[in-house]
Amino acid sequence: MSTSLRNNQAVLLAGSAAILLLAGTALAFYWVPNAPLEGFRQRIFYYHVPIALTSYACFGWAAWKALRLLWTREQRYDLESYTAVHMGVIFGILTLVTGSIWARTSWGHWWVWGSRQLVLFLVLFLFYAAYFMLRYSVDPGPRRANLSAVYALFGVALIPVSFLAIRLAADLVHPVVFSHDVGNKLTASQFTTFLVCLAGMLTLAGTLYRNELTGKRVDARLRELREALE
Amino acid sequence: MRYFGDVAALARKDLLLELRSRDTLPAMLLFVLSTLVVFHFALPAETSETAETGLLWVALLFTALLGLVRAFVAEREQRVLDGLVLAPCDRSAIWLGKGIGVVAFLVLAEVVALPAYALFFGPVGWELVVAVALADIGLAAVGTLLAAMAAASRARELLLPLLFLPLVIPVVVGGVGASVSAHPGRYLAFLGLYDAVFAILSWASFEYVVTE
Amino acid sequence: MTVIRARGLGRDFGAKRVLRGLDFDVARGGFLVVTGPNGAGKSTLLSLCAGLLAPTSGELRVDAERAEIGYLAHEPLVYRELTPLENLDLYGRLYRIPERRERIGMLLERFGLWEARHERAESFSRGMTQRLALCRALLHEPRLLLLDEPYAGLDEAGTELLDDELQTLARERTLVVATHEPERVGRLATSTLALA
Repeated sequence: MSTSLRNNQAVLLAGSAAILLLAGTALAFYWVPNAPLEGFRQRIFYYHVPIALTSYACFGWAAWKALRLLWTREQRYDLESYTAVHMGVIFGILTLVTGSIWARTSWGHWWVWGSRQLVLFLVLFLFYAAYFMLRYSVDPGPRRANLSAVYALFGVALIPVSFLAIRLAADLVHPVVFSHDVGNKLTASQFTTFLVCLAGMLTLAGTLYRNELTGKRVDARLRELREALE
Repeated sequence: MRYFGDVAALARKDLLLELRSRDTLPAMLLFVLSTLVVFHFALPAETSETAETGLLWVALLFTALLGLVRAFVAEREQRVLDGLVLAPCDRSAIWLGKGIGVVAFLVLAEVVALPAYALFFGPVGWELVVAVALADIGLAAVGTLLAAMAAASRARELLLPLLFLPLVIPVVVGGVGASVSAHPGRYLAFLGLYDAVFAILSWASFEYVVTE
Repeated sequence: MTVIRARGLGRDFGAKRVLRGLDFDVARGGFLVVTGPNGAGKSTLLSLCAGLLAPTSGELRVDAERAEIGYLAHEPLVYRELTPLENLDLYGRLYRIPERRERIGMLLERFGLWEARHERAESFSRGMTQRLALCRALLHEPRLLLLDEPYAGLDEAGTELLDDELQTLARERTLVVATHEPERVGRLATSTLALA
């Protein structure tokens, strides 16, 4: 792919992300009516859930790239998988932050163990933070790529299993489950706003992913050239 | 079948190694007993049965960790793992052979831990025993794989707990749930699911953990 | 018939480039001697040929399956807590050697370890451990032998033994031997590769 085409694509992606996010924010704050029970505070839902879904998408993408690495043994997938995990963790942290804010405004606490979404992301955060520890303590090379890939695959298996576990745990530890009054009954306007925000977040993740990947690839190329000159 | 012959040879080797060196198993037994005693002092007088059960599971988890840190020590020191990896057998046989050894150690540790728990704290029901048995499989499955990963890194003893703990949180949920809930079946089924998912995943991916 | 074929072979360890741009062939029945100072990458090259490491650049083709490769590493690759018999029995099973007991007995005898067969490897001297490692590498009668400093730690008797053995093996098998004393095996070599 030629450089100018690649540059154009990048600009297009970034531009789309910006537009979608601005539109989404505008819709979320000015167009959509207040949610019946929660009121104005509920609007953070339009950030929180898209961010969470984007995080899952990033981890899923990372696992896909990991699978490709193990299947084809082509080393470029390692960088792609790693970058996707990185994005996933960034959005994961944002999920925790927005979730915490929402919990505070809804129930008065910055953290509630009864919120399944929040607890799940905490577990995932710990898991993928360990991913970075793993990468840090193994020398770069095919071995590290393999280990990272296997770990990333374990991650996506962990997501549904943990979700199930947290559901079961809720019965044990918290008779009262904290869940937001969103449920399955989104009105048309709410759903539209949600979709716009989701598209925005996904495009944002895509932009950041591409950006970081390109940067890392340039770094690697630079290093290669330097080596070749020695 | 040849595969199980390989697994048997490898498992026998691990048990033989432990019989010779006799360091891991006694350490695990002593550790779990000490931990239970520490818990007694750490818990206030009116602690619920749920909390005590929870702490038993914590004790078992960390005892498993102790055993797992030692899992690939013999192979690592002499790079013997390379010798095993070069052999024409399926690499997953290494995982299975080692995993069987880990389960054996866990069971032996629990043979001591559960009666001690019954003595110090409260009665041990059949649900707890079944839950522990199921949990052993899951812990050994992921633990063996992660131990091999950690063995390939620089910061082995530090890395293994970090990799292990998030991944086994569901086991704790299943275990404690089965022990205290009114519907243990649900939790035991969940443990079975965990075991199935992660045993298969570990079995299939072990090859990639020990080769390049 | 080429058993090993390398084109532009390179291996990095992180930022450190250990091997770079290697081209060589090893024909069937050939004897390649790899020389070079410490740190030149001799061990790395053998690990690559054995399949323990993957190349980070270039291409390496080894026309031998795992069951046909015998590898003598820098480390003996034996369990210190087990006896020679137990070690070789394990490897014997994994390599599916027919008439395992006889073969193990014959090798231990050949390398002068028969008397010590029930002693744990941790009590062995450096020379004895090296002999045991040689037994392990030769156990399954491999077609391709990769030996990393095979003479290291051997006493005079052991050295003579190995000289003999290499002579026989050079006739029948393909060998790659890394050593920083190429004179020892010089006359058997069909080609040499000097690493910087």
